Amino acid sequence: MSPALRRYIIVRVLLTIPMVLILVSLVFIVLRVLPGDPAVAILREGASEEQLASFRAALGLDKPLHVQYVEFLTGVLRFDFGYSMTRKVPVTREIKTFFPATVELALASMFVTAVVGIFSGAFAAQHRKSPADYAIRILSIILYSLPIFWLGLMLQMTFGTGLGWLPVSNRLSPGMAPKEVITGLYTIDAILTGDWALFKDAASHLVLPALTLGLVLAGIFTRLTRANMLDVLEQDFITAGRARGLRERVLVYKHGLRNAFIPIVTLLGLQFALLLAGAILTETTFSWPGMGRLVVDRIYDRDFTTVQGAILFFALLVAGISLVVDILYGFLDPRIRY
Amino acid sequence: MMTNDVLYRIRDLVVEYHTRAGILTAVDHVSFDIRRGEVLGLVGESGCGKSTLGKALMRMIQEPGRIASGELWFDGMNLMQLPPGEMRKLRGSRISMIFQDPMTSLNPVQRVVDHITETIRVHQPQTSEKAARARAAELVDRLGISRNRLDDYPHQLSGGMRQRVMISLALALRADLVIADEATTSLDVIVEAQFLDLLKELREEFNLTILLITHNIGIVAELADRVAVMYAGRMAELAEVHELFERPDHPYTRGLLRAVPNIRLDDAELYKMPGSPPDLVSPPPGCRFHPRCPDVMDICTRQAPTFYENKPGHFVNCWLYQEREENVSLEEASS
Repeated sequence: MSPALRRYIIVRVLLTIPMVLILVSLVFIVLRVLPGDPAVAILREGASEEQLASFRAALGLDKPLHVQYVEFLTGVLRFDFGYSMTRKVPVTREIKTFFPATVELALASMFVTAVVGIFSGAFAAQHRKSPADYAIRILSIILYSLPIFWLGLMLQMTFGTGLGWLPVSNRLSPGMAPKEVITGLYTIDAILTGDWALFKDAASHLVLPALTLGLVLAGIFTRLTRANMLDVLEQDFITAGRARGLRERVLVYKHGLRNAFIPIVTLLGLQFALLLAGAILTETTFSWPGMGRLVVDRIYDRDFTTVQGAILFFALLVAGISLVVDILYGFLDPRIRY
Repeated sequence: MMTNDVLYRIRDLVVEYHTRAGILTAVDHVSFDIRRGEVLGLVGESGCGKSTLGKALMRMIQEPGRIASGELWFDGMNLMQLPPGEMRKLRGSRISMIFQDPMTSLNPVQRVVDHITETIRVHQPQTSEKAARARAAELVDRLGISRNRLDDYPHQLSGGMRQRVMISLALALRADLVIADEATTSLDVIVEAQFLDLLKELREEFNLTILLITHNIGIVAELADRVAVMYAGRMAELAEVHELFERPDHPYTRGLLRAVPNIRLDDAELYKMPGSPPDLVSPPPGCRFHPRCPDVMDICTRQAPTFYENKPGHFVNCWLYQEREENVSLEEASS
């Protein structure tokens, strides 16, 4: 590793620290200024003062804010996000239960995004200024501007309740359960255990939410792929390939796409933040028991510790992924240095 | 080696580009023959249309350009009538091209060997990957690249080696005609000399016909049998190489030759042609060279001269010689 690259990585890691600190503090502050007393919310109206006081004491809510803040910070450093106020289990265990569903949805959506985005973008670039190109470009803007829940509802109406082809909610049909939870991604677990009935059920539940989230995010991908492909297709080696008698299809999809891929892969990584944000809306629309559902449900319950932990987990995840992507980019492109 | 047998006959070729400023005529009614086995040098300043002409000969003009009119007869085939699929099969197999910059003309994420096997197999799909690889190895051997560089990526090779790879691609299917478009421009002088030597050897060995597009008069003098001079999209002059260098007829050719630095440096200062090449969207009327021509006459500003055979085998596009009795145009001369 060159000294310049090492320096770049060190600087990039150091820059992540204040970012994470700000994120953590924001989460803390926002939840404290939110209206509603968690003790009242959880114990319901009519609870005695003693009951409320002991509840607050148990959760440390009676301590001054700055003490709570420091305790919260030191907890985070040890990956201790506290106990759920409503479920009496560590928040980390809650996350562990709900996170695999989100990962499954995110990966499936990313697959949809990549396939749809990259192929439509490459096709548009190949047929630049044709009606197909304009149609793809307009469609990609429309997709990107669609509210996720609206697209989700439309797909549910069409393919779920309308045609009856696909289930519209949850990860599995009632009565289905994985024999063994290995990764927590039901489709993967089904393959690992060779349970094809489970795989079919899990996959069919995954289709609509993954399409919803994947299509909305595909819009950006289409446009990025198209722009990159146009650049690549103008390069000399494409002309040289044409002069050797290679087919246009081969030039575009083999030579062109492979070269346009580097920035596209980078965007795939960066998209992760958008993907997680989109996952919350998608999960709510499709009753998908993932992190999004967890956060939304616990906000209704005023389960501050869980919400705080879940949001924090998201924030750290996004910070971590963008750090990894930036470092990868440093390896891929020697021109990027601080 | 050289015969009068015509391999490629180009007649009244017009290539236009549709630009925002208007229609740019990059190649304007160009007619000439490429003879089987010859090296034809095509010289001219940047932007005179010589590269466009080279691409047009492979029917590779991309939007917003197009071949507006003209006839292309390659080895008896009318290329303008050929369906695109058939034309594609000709590219790389019978007519091939060596490009200016071997760095950017090779796919940076593809191994050298895959460039060659891919080219062989697109034209001869029945060839196995293994057989194609063996042929690639033979080919690079012949061109002086060691076989163990076959699995390298283009960026791992030197400029000279990359250009050899480009040649191996051009020769992979034993093309009849190789169009070398500024093929030495990006090479340093030593590598350039090696490249030219190699080209000379290969020419005999592979029975090549070469169209050598360059702005370097020295390379033309060393390698070409005949030379065509282009100016502002038109043919200015075409003659056998010694004839052209010793008795240039067109004022532009004369100026061009005077502008070449002389190793003896007996001229105190290098000749500099006045003016600059015209804007091809709205070129000057009449002869396009007239605003820069030292011998300009009244008629030059009004009417374009025709490209005709002034002396046997010596074609020129200039009014200075037009008055001499019954000039035979190229079409008639070749019929």
